[in-house]
Amino acid sequence: MYLEISKKDINNELVQKIHEISGQNVFDCYQCGNCSSGCPVVDYMDITPNQVLRLSQYGSIEEILKSETIWVCSTCLQCSTRCPKGIDVAKLMEAFRTVNLRDGVGVVDPDHLEVENKDELPPILLVCAMRKLTG
Amino acid sequence: MKRIGVFICHCGVNIADTVDVELLTEKLADYPGIAHIENYMFMCSDPGQNLIKDAVKTHKLDSVVVAACSPTLHESTFQNAIAEVDVNKYQLEIGNIREQCSWVHSNKEEGTRKAELIIKTAVEKAKLNQSLDPVSAPLTKRVLIIGGGIAGIQAALDIADGGYEVVLVEKKPSIGGHMIQLSETFPTLDCSQCILTPKMVQLGKHKNIKLYVNSEVEAIGGFMGNFKVTIKRQPQYVDPDKCTLCDDCTVACPVVVPSEYDEGLTYRKAIYVPFPQAIPASYTIDTENCLGFEPIACGECKKACLAEAIDYDKKEEIFIEDFGAVILATGFDLYPVENIPEYGYGKYLDVLNGLQFERILSATGPTGGKMLRPSDGKVPKEIVFIQCSGSRDPERHKPYCSKICCMYTLKHAKLYKHKVHDGQPYIFYIDIRSGGKRYEEFIQEGVSEDGIVYIRGKVAKIYKEGDKMIVHGMDTLTGHKVKIKADMVVLAQSIVPSEGSGKLFKTLKLGTDSNGFMSEAHPKLRPLESLQSGFYLAGAGQGPKDIPDAVSQASGAAAKVLALMSNDEVQHEPIIATVDENKCSGCSVCIGTCPYGARELNEDRIAAVNDILCEGCGACISACPSGASQQKNLTDDQIMKMINVIIN
Amino acid sequence: MKLPYYPGCTLKANAKHFEDSAQKALEKLDYQLEEMKDWVCCGTVFSMTSDDLMLQLSSIRNLLRAEKQDLKELVTLCSMCYNTLKQSKDFVEGDLDNLEKVNNFMYMEEAEYKGQVEIYHLLTLLRDRIKFETVKAEVTNPLKGLKVGAYYGCLLVRPQKFAIDDFEAPTIMEDLVESLGAEAIDFQFKLECCGAYQTITKKNISVKRAYEILDSAQRVGCDAIITSCPLCAYNLDFLQKEIEKEYVDFQTIPIFYFTELMAVALGVGWNGEWTKKHDVDPEPILIEKNLI
Repeated sequence: MYLEISKKDINNELVQKIHEISGQNVFDCYQCGNCSSGCPVVDYMDITPNQVLRLSQYGSIEEILKSETIWVCSTCLQCSTRCPKGIDVAKLMEAFRTVNLRDGVGVVDPDHLEVENKDELPPILLVCAMRKLTG
Repeated sequence: MKRIGVFICHCGVNIADTVDVELLTEKLADYPGIAHIENYMFMCSDPGQNLIKDAVKTHKLDSVVVAACSPTLHESTFQNAIAEVDVNKYQLEIGNIREQCSWVHSNKEEGTRKAELIIKTAVEKAKLNQSLDPVSAPLTKRVLIIGGGIAGIQAALDIADGGYEVVLVEKKPSIGGHMIQLSETFPTLDCSQCILTPKMVQLGKHKNIKLYVNSEVEAIGGFMGNFKVTIKRQPQYVDPDKCTLCDDCTVACPVVVPSEYDEGLTYRKAIYVPFPQAIPASYTIDTENCLGFEPIACGECKKACLAEAIDYDKKEEIFIEDFGAVILATGFDLYPVENIPEYGYGKYLDVLNGLQFERILSATGPTGGKMLRPSDGKVPKEIVFIQCSGSRDPERHKPYCSKICCMYTLKHAKLYKHKVHDGQPYIFYIDIRSGGKRYEEFIQEGVSEDGIVYIRGKVAKIYKEGDKMIVHGMDTLTGHKVKIKADMVVLAQSIVPSEGSGKLFKTLKLGTDSNGFMSEAHPKLRPLESLQSGFYLAGAGQGPKDIPDAVSQASGAAAKVLALMSNDEVQHEPIIATVDENKCSGCSVCIGTCPYGARELNEDRIAAVNDILCEGCGACISACPSGASQQKNLTDDQIMKMINVIIN
Repeated sequence: MKLPYYPGCTLKANAKHFEDSAQKALEKLDYQLEEMKDWVCCGTVFSMTSDDLMLQLSSIRNLLRAEKQDLKELVTLCSMCYNTLKQSKDFVEGDLDNLEKVNNFMYMEEAEYKGQVEIYHLLTLLRDRIKFETVKAEVTNPLKGLKVGAYYGCLLVRPQKFAIDDFEAPTIMEDLVESLGAEAIDFQFKLECCGAYQTITKKNISVKRAYEILDSAQRVGCDAIITSCPLCAYNLDFLQKEIEKEYVDFQTIPIFYFTELMAVALGVGWNGEWTKKHDVDPEPILIEKNLI
């Protein structure tokens, strides 16, 4: 993919929005890749967590918002506990999901949820999924 | 008959794995001349040395052969050991059964056989070794320093403060080197000129320092402790005693030349002071560009000079001076960017090298410290910095890491942000190397707080579109091809040995590595010395280094020189040529062969040897048609006996 | 002794046996769980957005009501409840501005949360207050020969600030297992995510996660896994039938709440009702080891 990096994108409004929601400074990242190496679900991501950080530094937030990655992340916090620069990567992921959900993107409708064995699901599972996926 | 002791070292498994040490000890016990033989795990250890000393006393040995590693490593260890028990140290012979045997062979049987021969040849040589005394020579307590950058300045001050006379030779019209061109220094961001100029002033006024600018070393003779050096000084054509520094000459001069100090970003006249704080602070005429040497053509400056300080007829001067030691602080230059045409340097005015960017950042630079780009004087809002421009590129450019670029590029980006708050710097890098005190923290602050964007990957190409440089790169971390429309591009060029240093090293017969940097005597343990005795190394001429490293190395080299200067004489190896007066016909072949001028015909027409000048290279001995010239302890007789061992 | 207790939703439904076994086991140690009144949902997940306080209200409301009931502390069994309540408490107690705003939202409660309620997970109480030695002394049916892998998942150890033990190398569950007479087996993925709520929308991820976790435990010889999170328990237990479809060599492995094994070891016995809450039958291994 071709990426044009430009001053107007660095720390643009969306980056600032993410900063506001997450409280995290994406410019702290120096790309060691520890977040991705510890991530248990990185195999299912289309861009890795460290790439999310890198793209954020470039201001390419749209690409992240469109990614599968932010929905694959389940907030296990492995990345957040290991980041040598103290970036709470999980909070960043939540911020990206939140920006989408507030725009109605990726929102799951509980009424039309297609799940097998619905009866055996513990309430905790349904509640937390809805909390995460409805905004 | 001599009583020779043989001591075979296992060197742990280094030797013993490939050479059957026990078998050899047994087998050689009866070899003629060997009065005693034994082996030990580590002969160089204290117990090993004691074992040799005890054996010398017990068995009344008068010569010792140690079969172990290369003599470059432990010859002096064992020489000193036998000297302690009153055996002349030149009665020691090393049989190198490690580097020249066990390490290069794998078959133990053959290794053992070869080691046996090596030991036997050493024994044969030892039989005829004479006891010798080192040649003593007086020591000239003056030091030559070549190069007036920060390393040369530091070394000069340290030695001069130690009370010895220093001559500093600088080829440019002022000392200061590249450091005087820098704006601020990493990681503390203190002003380069502010910390350098006090040292320059101190040097200029130091009673023990004589400064030759516009000067170069032409020739060198002699040896450690007694060098004779020819220095050529180009005239300044302006008498500093008469000159009032009024600047009328510069105003009058019609010739405009790109300024070296400003890296070609501004212009100077053919008569000029290189920069305001130059030491010596005097005008000089650039002969290559001045028209005044053809008085019909010009002469404007001379006409303008009311003090009558200008004299076109001044000639270059030659000085021949004596020195005991030489410090080489020849410094660096930047790898020519023209060699990387895809980056468009020279074609695009706004593609600069690092030193040019330093000048733009500097308060004394072409823009008075304002961040303006050369092409149109506009403030660049986006700057791309490219690291490893020419470095770490063995295929097309330089194979090595230039070491300082990661740090100075980040410094550039930071200083740029200080001047242009809304500006955006991007740094293309392959790796960040910030191994110095507070260096990593400096980088991380830049990343976290200054909004400097690092992009991991090399730039493929730059081309100009309108007033933008289109930079095509790759971000290997996201896998994206990257395009940036930059207002300015700064290339962190490789550090290369300074222009002309190669020629100087040849004159001085100094070894360099394949990249032209001076070679040290040992990369780890003798990093401040050249293999050529009496020469010491400081600064970036030995390899890319930053200011703290250059200063440390310079002070280290100065300490080495001060240690040397504290002696009253220098000692010289006695393994030198000697002449048999009965055989010498006075044919003088040796005189032409000797590279050191150590052979000369005496009044009896014998080609005598000057013990002090002779380096023991052996050239005269192989050239001598009558066999009159012999090397001490390496006579034809000894060599023949050694060969006999091998061929029989 | 009574322990003020916050159950949470699932302990009253799918994980009823978690509560039941805990209650019974604790009684053997002279402790009783006493359920707080008027509790509401804990929120299940701590909201990580800093600009939406509404998402914190549910948790804080529980703390406020506990305070109103003069409870100084709450013990939880469920890892999720523990983590969410603990983080929310920190969120308001660490920032008085947050506390004030949250209180303003909850004006209907006619009281303000002052920030006095401590949150404990039962495991830490067992370690620090009841003591594992006491547990060990009360064991009447030691779990001899049972090899147990302790699965922590995420919420007991992350974020680091709220970890119940060393967040990278916890041993609290293993120490409990050993005090019950069983053999604790360390396994590779005991701290890795089970897939959590992905089971709803991206079930394949949870299935793969569960497989990798269980497989890593079985490779080092675990007979059973214990957990303290009903979501983990569901994913690890109920997804095994999916795992079997995808990985033909996979052998099922029973998943217990740690309290169930405590109950067995402390002589409470096994309750057939508990078995019904499991998907993989837990009884065979207990029978095999002569524990029930």
